[in-house]
Amino acid sequence: MESLARFWGHWLTQDLLGLGAIALVFVLLWRGARNERWRRAVQRMKGDRVGLIALFVVLIYLVCGALELLRIPGGPAGAQSILDLITAGIPAEKSYSAPMADELLGSVRHEKLNGRHLLGTDVLGKDVLVQTLKACRTALVIGGLTSAIYVPLGALLGILAGYFRRRVDDVVQYLYSTLASIPEVLLLVAILMVLGKGLGSMSIALGVTGWVTLCRLIRGETMRQSERPYVAAARALGQTHWKIITRHLLPNVMHLVLISFVLGFSGIVLAEAILSYLGVGAPVGTASWGAMIDSGRTELARDPLVWWNISAATGALFILVLSLNVLGDSLRRAFDPKHA
Amino acid sequence: MFNYIVRRLLYSVPILIGVIALTFTLDNVMMTPDAKASRVLGPKASGTARVEWIHNRGLDRPIPVQFVRYVKDLVTFNFGTTWVTGRELREVFLEGIGPSLFITVPGFFAALLASLGLALFQVFVRSSPLDRLLTLGSVALMSVPTMVYVIFAQAVLALNLRYFPAYGFAYEPGMIRFLALPVVIFILINVGYDARLYRAIFLEEVGHDYVRTAHAKGVGSSRVLAVHVFKNGLIALITLVVAHLPKLVLGSLLIESLFGIPGLGSVLVQAIQTGDQPVVMVSVFLGSVLYLLSLIVTDICYALADPRIRLS
Repeated sequence: MESLARFWGHWLTQDLLGLGAIALVFVLLWRGARNERWRRAVQRMKGDRVGLIALFVVLIYLVCGALELLRIPGGPAGAQSILDLITAGIPAEKSYSAPMADELLGSVRHEKLNGRHLLGTDVLGKDVLVQTLKACRTALVIGGLTSAIYVPLGALLGILAGYFRRRVDDVVQYLYSTLASIPEVLLLVAILMVLGKGLGSMSIALGVTGWVTLCRLIRGETMRQSERPYVAAARALGQTHWKIITRHLLPNVMHLVLISFVLGFSGIVLAEAILSYLGVGAPVGTASWGAMIDSGRTELARDPLVWWNISAATGALFILVLSLNVLGDSLRRAFDPKHA
Repeated sequence: MFNYIVRRLLYSVPILIGVIALTFTLDNVMMTPDAKASRVLGPKASGTARVEWIHNRGLDRPIPVQFVRYVKDLVTFNFGTTWVTGRELREVFLEGIGPSLFITVPGFFAALLASLGLALFQVFVRSSPLDRLLTLGSVALMSVPTMVYVIFAQAVLALNLRYFPAYGFAYEPGMIRFLALPVVIFILINVGYDARLYRAIFLEEVGHDYVRTAHAKGVGSSRVLAVHVFKNGLIALITLVVAHLPKLVLGSLLIESLFGIPGLGSVLVQAIQTGDQPVVMVSVFLGSVLYLLSLIVTDICYALADPRIRLS
């Protein structure tokens, strides 16, 4: 048991898992893009300048998150992230300092700093820019884990309900109407109170509440697709249910999964910040935008006022969520130019 | 009509049972009675005190027996007491509804008007750069977490410029000074999302034949939008609007707690921070009851708004 825990906790295992997850997403996208509908969408995306900018910004965040996620041997704790290695040259201070200042904030003796900081330092003297970049990892991990739970669940149940209808549909509809009847925040909080703090339980809670929308969407589209002649033809040729679902229906609803995944990711990042702020989210000590915003509340009320910590976190969060929303919208336009 | 309402109420029963089963599982199955007892009585409580507490609550009985009692208590609105303050939950909830409604009701109607106006205007100037800019603005409004609005508004407008009190609530003639900021922020956080949704609905309507007919008759384009499209779009809007009902009663968690408004949102945040589980579980139940009621209201509104729909 203990060796198993050590195995999972080891940096190499976690690196491989992280890399594997990122690789899986790219392989799925690559495979999906061979589809006719997807190729046309890619062509349309190429003409959408705003969408491409959003995609570029999202990729930058992804790289930042990956740099903090992947760890290599070295450093005081035995393993350090690549971001730690890159930023190792940035000196630590004693406490707050303003952006680009050369002395400690509010120090009477004009104490000199060890270096300049583009976005200043926080209460512990850590560089705010580095902390902001580190928080990308939290967003990436939460978003990734949550999607890994809700995307397969929602897509599978949606397809099954839409294809088999009758009993299966009744059960799935009952499940999601029950979950949908509870206001989302309350359900999240209720689950988190019982599971306790942590990135894992937050992902479970967000995953349990998140699959409903996707499932509804996929169910409707599957029903529409099942009426099409190509499904009837496949059935007439004697193909098994499994083949019809995986070979014919799944590729034709995958674009909805992609759009929901992108838009859902932005919702998850926002929810993470809000839950961390409410005190049921990321554990203490995790670099998270929600936690930085939380500390900003007291920092804005003190004198001299500290605005850079909360502004950096808000800015980083805002740009990511905005880019994801814009990217999701332009994906939707690219896949379905009639309804946009 | 009456038959229909009764039948809809009966349809809601299985869903409500599902919700209760979920909270029961979270409340009593995932958490052992002993863990609960030590959470309520504190870690220093003696073993006998804990055993007695568990026995008094009936937590040592078989799970099915407990479940039946749990359902009975919730359905008869007999919610028990909170863990931390020991007050009757029913009282806590009744007290909190008032302040919550003071924020959410004005905020809701103002946000509705603003987002409807914005959506209609965007449809009026559709696929122009202005439309795209406004859409981007709506998305931007959605992309800021609620607490950031509150924190910055408090720091700038309340603490530095002293236009508003930063905190507090009172039932008095001048209470509007307490309500102004929270209501404005409530509007800000809702208007982006709603305007986008309403715009999509109106845009769908604009493609219909009756719009072309109206234009051909010589009706001006602003009148076509404000009268013809708006009326037809309203039917699709009803669901979205009525779906807000549970949120109105339950209040806004972040706004209320940050502005110190003693509504249900504050009660919930406090319960979250002190680990007061019953408060959260009961709100889950109440939230879902309100949601199911709002679904029925939606259907009735549909029938009233569109003579083609009959409730039977």
